[in-house]
Amino acid sequence: MHLDHSHHGPTTVSADAHRPDGSRRALRIGLGGPVGSGKTATVAALCRMLRDELSLAVVTNDIYTREDAEFLLREAVLPPERITAVETGACPHTAIRDDISANLEAVEDLEDMAGPLDLVLVESGGDNLTATFSKGLVDAQIFVIDVAGGDDIPRKGGPGVTTADLLVVNKTDLAPYVGSDLARMAADAKAQRAELPVVFQSLRSEAGVADVAAWVRSRLAEWTA
Amino acid sequence: MSRAALLVLADGRFPAGGHAHSGGAEAAVKAGRISGAASLEAFCRGRLHTAGLVAAGLAAAAALGIDPVALDRAADARTPSPALRVAARKLGRQLLRAARATWPSAELDALGREFPKGAHQPVVLGLAARAAGLGPVDAAYCAAYESVSGPASATVRLLSLDPFDATRVLARLAPEVDRVADRAVEAAREAVTEGPDALPAGSAPLLEIGAEAHAGWPVRLFAS
Repeated sequence: MHLDHSHHGPTTVSADAHRPDGSRRALRIGLGGPVGSGKTATVAALCRMLRDELSLAVVTNDIYTREDAEFLLREAVLPPERITAVETGACPHTAIRDDISANLEAVEDLEDMAGPLDLVLVESGGDNLTATFSKGLVDAQIFVIDVAGGDDIPRKGGPGVTTADLLVVNKTDLAPYVGSDLARMAADAKAQRAELPVVFQSLRSEAGVADVAAWVRSRLAEWTA
Repeated sequence: MSRAALLVLADGRFPAGGHAHSGGAEAAVKAGRISGAASLEAFCRGRLHTAGLVAAGLAAAAALGIDPVALDRAADARTPSPALRVAARKLGRQLLRAARATWPSAELDALGREFPKGAHQPVVLGLAARAAGLGPVDAAYCAAYESVSGPASATVRLLSLDPFDATRVLARLAPEVDRVADRAVEAAREAVTEGPDALPAGSAPLLEIGAEAHAGWPVRLFAS
């Protein structure tokens, strides 16, 4: 026993940047955030915007249904073989942070079956403000909140708001109707996140998901450089 | 050998995918067979002496160095439900990943090459125990204990059962876990000379039937 201490073999372990055949694996970006903030809608919009320029796939982590995966299938944002649903035993934060094995398998199986891929989006089921992705699973993460969830969320902070590589404040079109102060949200986010970027978006506007897509493209350019 | 390695392998937080599975508890809760601490204990006792004993025997046999391919076939033969076979292989694949990262070993690498989509979880568990420098008794204990700790923690989530009640159930079953582990190791030692047919083959038809029904549910909390 203990003859081989390398991690090379039939499957890679965790965040290895290369696949068993030596090729570079796809960039993995996680999307997390509270229930109803627009994670799945953002994923769908990203797929529509990027699918003609990139080879991409999606892993969803639903809490107790396959609804997020089924929404993406129904909307036909990607062919079915590029969408996988991971079952999380009622705890998405466990599956994306503490015990990532099922998600790693889903990502690797997608690369095997639908690859080669440039990008895999890993979506968490709606969870709380402390739910972040393990660095063993994703290379970068987006935290999605919305203006209707309360404009004090950026001020309250928490690991998602404070440390995510990109913070998205979604549904800005609703701000006047729910009394949310976008300038205050921006100032609070800046105070919590220093130089880390923040995007304010409304998927109902013409620009839609364009800013987030531009951020994804720049991460991908760094990854493949 | 480090005794503490056993604690690492047996830890419920060992990242090998178990948190997403209820060990049949979700189907039993829905069917009304688990409704509180007493019926949870009855369910766990039944699982321990059937699926738990079988898993412990396979794990001990793998830890003794019996050919994992033969053991995987023996596990298939003892698992009539296709849904349970799928769950066992998924969990085996996830455990293999965690074990290879934790205790790198040529035997685990070879197992991954032989079963790229996963071998039955108890077989992987036995080889993981070997890689961790543990023996057949340790492997049998891990498998037997997991067979009851999984449903118990799932039931805490499914029924909002008092977690102290669930833990008391596990403590009350501890002497029986001892006996199951002993029987499993004894059978595994026999299997070294007699072959895998000497391993326990107890079965729980309701677990098998419940798993098939559960796999078809459109809405569920657990993968199995």
